[in-house]
Amino acid sequence: MRLSGHNLRCVRGGREVFSGLDFAASSGEALAITGPNGSGKTSLLRVIAGLLMPSDGAITLDGGAAELTVAEQAHYLGHRDALKPALSVLENLSFWRDFLGGESDDAGRCLASVGLDHATHLPAAYLSAGQRRRLSIARLLVARRPVWLLDEPTSALDTKGQDLFVNLMRDHLAGGGILIAATHTPLGIDAREMRMGAGS
Amino acid sequence: MTALSALIRRDIRIALRVGGGALIGVLFFLTVTVLMPFAVGPDLALLSRLGPAILWLGALLASLLTLDRLFTADHEDGSLDLIVMSRTPLELACAAKALAHWLAAGLPLIVATPVLGLLLNLDGTATLAVALTLLAGTPALTFTGMIGAALAVTLHRGGLLLAVLVLPLSIPVLIFGVAASQAAITGPLSFGTPFSILCALSLVSFVVGPFAAAASLRHGLD
Repeated sequence: MRLSGHNLRCVRGGREVFSGLDFAASSGEALAITGPNGSGKTSLLRVIAGLLMPSDGAITLDGGAAELTVAEQAHYLGHRDALKPALSVLENLSFWRDFLGGESDDAGRCLASVGLDHATHLPAAYLSAGQRRRLSIARLLVARRPVWLLDEPTSALDTKGQDLFVNLMRDHLAGGGILIAATHTPLGIDAREMRMGAGS
Repeated sequence: MTALSALIRRDIRIALRVGGGALIGVLFFLTVTVLMPFAVGPDLALLSRLGPAILWLGALLASLLTLDRLFTADHEDGSLDLIVMSRTPLELACAAKALAHWLAAGLPLIVATPVLGLLLNLDGTATLAVALTLLAGTPALTFTGMIGAALAVTLHRGGLLLAVLVLPLSIPVLIFGVAASQAAITGPLSFGTPFSILCALSLVSFVVGPFAAAASLRHGLD
C-alpha cells in the first residue's frame, strides 16, 4: 500500500499555504511533518483527509480498497477530540465504533489498552485533557483503518501516555499501516521527516 | 444501517440528557401558548378561533429554538469532520440527524398539544386536527430547517441567522398546517385537501433537505 500526493497546492482565505508539494509513504512507514506554526501542517493533513479541497494536485492510495476513497480508509486525529460531554466514555467510543464501521474491535478492550478502563462509565465532561486525548486515541484502535493522520498526537499526554502511544503506533506500522503525523516533538518512532514552511 | 442507527441513538441520547435541547423546546412551546390567553384576553370564542394558529406558531418557534445546534455542536467538537470522512454517505447522515432531532424535539411538541389545546378552548376534534397536522407538518419544518442549520456552520453564525434563513421556507408549511386545522374545525373546505398538500411538503423536504444540507456542509468545511 502506498499513499502519495503530487503537486499539491492549498489556498486558504486567499493566501497560498503551500504549493508544488509532493509526499509519499508506503506500508509500515511513518512520515513526520514538521515546521513552524502556520506552515501548513494541519492544512496538509486536512487535504489528505478530504476535509479541504486542494486547489491543484491529487492524492492517491495504491493498494487500498478500490471502492473506498482515501478519507474512508483513514483515521484523522485532530486538535478537537470529537467527544460528547453528555455521553460516558464507553458510549462515546461505542458510537464511533458503530458509526465508523468496517473491521472493529471491542470498545472495552480498546479502553484498556489506552489506560481508561477504570473510567468507562464516567461522563466525558469530567475527563482531563490527557484523558480526553487517550479516549480519542482509543478511537484509532476501535475501528481499523490503514492510514492514520495525526495532528500533534502527543499533546496533553503524560510520559506514560506517550510511551503507550509510541507502542500503539509501532503496532500499527508493524501491521502494514501508514502513519502521517504533524508534530513539533520527536514521535519516538522511526519516521521520515518532511519539513514544511520557509522555502517549501 | 448500523452506522445510521448509531447516529440516531447518540443524538437522541444527547438531546434527552442534561443540557440537551429536547425539554427546552417543549417548555418554550408551553410558555408561548400559556402567554397567549393573557395577551388576547378572556374571549373564549376568539381564543378557539386563533387556537390552531397559536399552536402552529408556537411549534414552529420551538422547533427553531434547538435546530441551530444540529450541526454547529458537531462542528465545534470535531465530530463533523469524522462524519464527513466516514463511509456513510453524508446525505444519509444528515437525514439521520434530522430524524433524531425530530424524534427528540418535534414529537414531544405533538404530545403536549392536547394539554395546550385546553388552554385555548379547543374541543376534542379541534385538538385532534391540530395534533394531526403537526404530526404531518413538523417533519417538514425540521428537514427544511436543516438546510439553514448547515449554512449556519459555514457562515460561523448560529441563532438569529438561522431564523432569518429558515422562517421564509416554513411559510407554506404554516399556511397549509393552519388551513387544514381550520378546515376540520369550521369548514367549509374539506380537511383532506390542505392536509394532502401538507404531507406532500413534508415528503419533498425529506428529499431536498438532506441533499442541500450535505452540499452546504461539504463546501463549508475548512
